[in-house]
Amino acid sequence: MSLEKPYANIPGTTIFDADQSRKGYHLNMFAFSLMKAPNRERFKANERAYLDEWPMTEEQKQAVLDRNFNRMIELGGNIYFLAKIFATDGKSFQYAAALMTGMSQEDYLQMMINGGRPEGLKKFGGQNMGEKNG
Amino acid sequence: MARITAGVSSSHVPAIGAALDMGKTQEPYWAKVFAGYEFSKRWIAEQKPDVVFLVYNDHATAFNLDFIPTFAIGCAESFAPADEGWGARPVPTVQGHPELAAHIAQSLIQSDFDLTLVNKMDVDHGLTVPMSLMFGQPKAWPCRVIPFAVNVVQYPPPSGRRCYQLGKALRKAVESFDQNLNVQVWGTGGMSHQIQGPRAGLINKEFDARFLDLLVNDPETLSQIPHIDYVREAGAEGIELVMWLIMRGALSPKVKEVHRFYHIPASNTAVGHLILEDMQQA
Repeated sequence: MSLEKPYANIPGTTIFDADQSRKGYHLNMFAFSLMKAPNRERFKANERAYLDEWPMTEEQKQAVLDRNFNRMIELGGNIYFLAKIFATDGKSFQYAAALMTGMSQEDYLQMMINGGRPEGLKKFGGQNMGEKNG
Repeated sequence: MARITAGVSSSHVPAIGAALDMGKTQEPYWAKVFAGYEFSKRWIAEQKPDVVFLVYNDHATAFNLDFIPTFAIGCAESFAPADEGWGARPVPTVQGHPELAAHIAQSLIQSDFDLTLVNKMDVDHGLTVPMSLMFGQPKAWPCRVIPFAVNVVQYPPPSGRRCYQLGKALRKAVESFDQNLNVQVWGTGGMSHQIQGPRAGLINKEFDARFLDLLVNDPETLSQIPHIDYVREAGAEGIELVMWLIMRGALSPKVKEVHRFYHIPASNTAVGHLILEDMQQA
């Protein structure tokens, strides 16, 4: 019997569950290592060499080098771990979020000031809050 | 005996901490966020809690993928602000309350909540940002804090129902501690937001408004909402909101809402903040 994954079909969203976690263990632990300043320095000095110290897949390493966060997430990355990578680059969550949506920084900022991504509840469907099922 | 006098809920967006630490509170973008906490700072200066039981989530800071505790209670004497990748926030070290924490841990475990006990950990923005919002920038925090970390990083987090029930057990635990202490329970995180993937930037103000209303007036109903509704409607990271139910469960069924604030945006997130006073005081 496999676990039911009702969250698998939410558009533009990858839920970090146990399967993703297993796939991304080394990728995330690499990112976690960047919490320490000396590791950040070593990574910045030679990214490829630092990545090669970790038993990650080549695809995962390439995604890190490309700063392709959507790809990293697909390959098991979790955003809170990946945050250590963009923090090392001196970038914010907002910067990374804009990047992942494919919007320019300015457009993304303006979208948030205007109230956020407009397609909320309705477009993505789902039950209404507070209505008991069945 | 110790008593729970009030509950506070607040978002814990890291950019709020950065704005404060870098002196940007007067910039129009941020001034709107901080304005929502002016009342709160005056309120808490009058309330003078002895201890804050602070429910938050660790963001891959103290815990990585080697250990993923669902509920972790901080039992240490003190907790240092963490370096999350850009250096530690310039905020005071958090002083714990090991005696009360140990008492709560024992009581909750005996009430069938199998906690992880943590005797050493650093605390990240999830804990320090709400502290800054409520207390400003003092040299030392004016109260003790028991950090209570809830896993919302790896799916599934505990259900809203479980969190709400834990809050109720927490109330019993606090009330059976025989020192006279004024205890507040804070629930942090949220509100609607998504910070990953092509759907990043999702905000759902209808969901948030309904969540706030139900939290105050009908938490039983709110506690029935399944995970899938949070992630679908409030964003992948909106699921942090289950932590607010621990705070609400710890309060009396009827509460007095003394403050509510809601604002879009802070960085990627809808900021929500409530202050609820307990109505069953002697």
